[in-house]
Amino acid sequence: MAVEGDRSSGTEVDESRRSRILGALSGADGRRGVAIAVLSTIVFVVLVGVVIANSPGWPAVHAGFFSWHYFKGSLPEIARAFLLNCKIFLIAECLILPFALLIAVLRSLPGPVFFPLRALAIIYADFFRGVPTILVIFILATGVPGLGIAGVPTSVVFWGIVALVLIYSAYVSEVYRAGIDSVHPSQEAAARSLGLTRGQTLRKVILPQAIRRVIPPLLNDFIGLQKDTALVGTVGAIEAFNQTQITSDATFNFTSYLAAALLFVAITIPLARLTDWLIARDRRRRQASGAFA
Amino acid sequence: MSAAPALEIEGLRKSFGKNVVLDGIDLSIGEHEVTCLIGSSGSGKSTLLRCINLLEPVDAGRIAVGGDEITRRGVNVDRVRRRIGIVFQAFNLFPHMSVLENVTLAPRLALKQDRRSAEEHAHTLLDRFGLSDKVGAYPDHLSGGQQQRVAIVRALAMRPRLMLLDEVTSALDPELVGEVLDVIGELAAGGMTMVIATHEMGFARDIATRVCFLDGGVILEQGPPAQMFGSPREPRTQQFLQRIIAAHRL
Amino acid sequence: MNRSRALRLLGLVALAAAVATVAGCGGSGTPTTQTNASGSCAKSQLTLVKPGQLTIGTDNPAYPPWYAGGTKSSFWKVNDPSDGKGFESATAYAVARQLGFTPSQVHWTYVPFARSYTPGQKSFDFDINQISYTPVRAKAVAFSTSYYDVNQAVVVLKGTPISKVHTIAGLRSYKLGAQLGSTSYSFITSTIKPTTQTAVYPQNATAVQSLKNGQINGLVVDLPTAFYVTAVQVPHSEVLGQFTSGGGAGYFGMVFSKGNPLAKCVDKALAKLRTNGTLHQIQQKWLSKATGAPVLK
Repeated sequence: MAVEGDRSSGTEVDESRRSRILGALSGADGRRGVAIAVLSTIVFVVLVGVVIANSPGWPAVHAGFFSWHYFKGSLPEIARAFLLNCKIFLIAECLILPFALLIAVLRSLPGPVFFPLRALAIIYADFFRGVPTILVIFILATGVPGLGIAGVPTSVVFWGIVALVLIYSAYVSEVYRAGIDSVHPSQEAAARSLGLTRGQTLRKVILPQAIRRVIPPLLNDFIGLQKDTALVGTVGAIEAFNQTQITSDATFNFTSYLAAALLFVAITIPLARLTDWLIARDRRRRQASGAFA
Repeated sequence: MSAAPALEIEGLRKSFGKNVVLDGIDLSIGEHEVTCLIGSSGSGKSTLLRCINLLEPVDAGRIAVGGDEITRRGVNVDRVRRRIGIVFQAFNLFPHMSVLENVTLAPRLALKQDRRSAEEHAHTLLDRFGLSDKVGAYPDHLSGGQQQRVAIVRALAMRPRLMLLDEVTSALDPELVGEVLDVIGELAAGGMTMVIATHEMGFARDIATRVCFLDGGVILEQGPPAQMFGSPREPRTQQFLQRIIAAHRL
Repeated sequence: MNRSRALRLLGLVALAAAVATVAGCGGSGTPTTQTNASGSCAKSQLTLVKPGQLTIGTDNPAYPPWYAGGTKSSFWKVNDPSDGKGFESATAYAVARQLGFTPSQVHWTYVPFARSYTPGQKSFDFDINQISYTPVRAKAVAFSTSYYDVNQAVVVLKGTPISKVHTIAGLRSYKLGAQLGSTSYSFITSTIKPTTQTAVYPQNATAVQSLKNGQINGLVVDLPTAFYVTAVQVPHSEVLGQFTSGGGAGYFGMVFSKGNPLAKCVDKALAKLRTNGTLHQIQQKWLSKATGAPVLK
């Protein structure tokens, strides 16, 4: 393999060595690869576009799903309704993160004396991961208020949040568990050997490492949560998806779905980039610049 | 010399499933003594050390530290471990904390020291062992030898009465072994009671009060280094040492 | 290495161009169903999804008083549209007879509300599902003329504070609910203008349960449905009143694909049924209970 040029700057040599190790192309090879990738993507997209535009039903679908007029008209009201989705997922996520951690910790308690708690955590996680979200929302939001117990909230948004917290805590507790398990047992051995209690070890040594490792899957679950807030519309709350349907039923046009989809995606992208940044910052702080990869 | 031995082990037995690793260990170590454990891999050196600080539960037998039986029912395990320092082959520093934080964590949490005194003590120890410029560094920034020295400092920060060192130089590049052995030598000179599992025979000969050869789950032979390395009595001890010499490790 | 890559690229581009041309020459919108250019409503000349058969769409469950007679079908819930019972079922069969179809030539198909207005080819000849005509909706589909002039009404639980209200303004401070797909929600927001957030339910069952639970104080639905709700679904409920003006009054029409000439033929049939009294008879038979609610202004 030819040696890469004459570049003697340290980082460039590191870069090309790194990308060679990882199997990517670098330098002139890389530029050619990018050009081919871009060109073939453009060709493919143009191809798909041409096929779609020449299909017999395109004018009707274009008017029914991608109408600028209806997009402009529906976006404001859907955006307003989307605020409810935001409120739901922010409140829910703030409750899910600690509650799921509690379940994960309960699950990891050792010894026969803690068996009931462990069993409870296992049953909880199995049940709420198995049962469909929409059922839980439905049963809680329509069933509990139906009991008519004084002092119990009747708001469907309240019970929707409760349902989402119960369900997503089950998923997130498994993510935490995976994170905790991924921390090498020697870390716990070292901490306990210093005389730290189980709780201190968990709090100061295991969990900080565990959580850092599972930030990507935690974000995944958060994004899933954002989308599941739409299910609260089935019990009457006017969140974005319900509003989408209201608008489309009123106008007999589906462009409102596109508007709602764009709103959901618009929230996700900055969140994903923020997470990438957090991970990179943590890595930078802990490691030297690629010297000890 | 205090009445009770620093460490006393009687009839210690430990198995992992069907695999019997320790089959009746008897050992008595006085204050300020440096005991080196030698033997082939799998002879139970690590297991013995991990039993002493209760990381592994014992199947049978009795361990007493400073006269206090730590294998009795209802003992406060965390309290026992605070008096015993252990350093592992794999350093096991906490990667998400700086060197200073690694060293001060247990004194602050387990010994309830306030931050200032914990940090002062940490600085003293780190200076003493040549790590003063690494105080704010993270473990990933350090070489193996530096990490192991930090691990030793971390254990020392708890002011233990007994230090257990489990093959602490085995994972190091040869040129870094020296700096760690120097640290251990200093500790020994300072009077720390130590039990050291090691392959570094030359070091053991220089520093040990007593050398124990583990084989078949028991201490087959023990004695002062001159006797153990010069004229071992048991044939298996001789075999083991011959192998070591052949590998230029002695 | 350079040359073979370039050649491969060229091959790809050529292939793409070829496919594009083929696709371009292809479908330019020739419809597969025959058009009825002459405007005749003779049965043999009708534009139908399936020739020889009149395919009518409605939603599932099929609620009274629009449909009746129960159901032996494993598919249709509450009522089976094909028994001819219930206001919409009877009207549909009457229109079918006018167009020249015997009852056995009428076929019912399940059309969830949103699928009644999807663009492109429809799965039905017309959809009859308590769909209110609005000018905005008429841009996307064709509507028949009215087969029922309908008013909105509000259902409340007896003995609750809202049951003392007599005016539209009086409803403003209460939490109201409506069903998705109906024009009730836009009526609520444009005319009643409540201060609390309205609830909109995708299903009738959820809306009704919410009323029972007290999660909404009043449910706004069309008048006949309101009577069904109070008579059958929610005990201790009553029709507080109906709305006759603003968005409160409207009419139900059948829905056709845009530009479908069948709509004109159905309009002719409806006109006939109106003049010969059939429509009135059907109304009397199935919607006689849906009268007598006070008018709220």
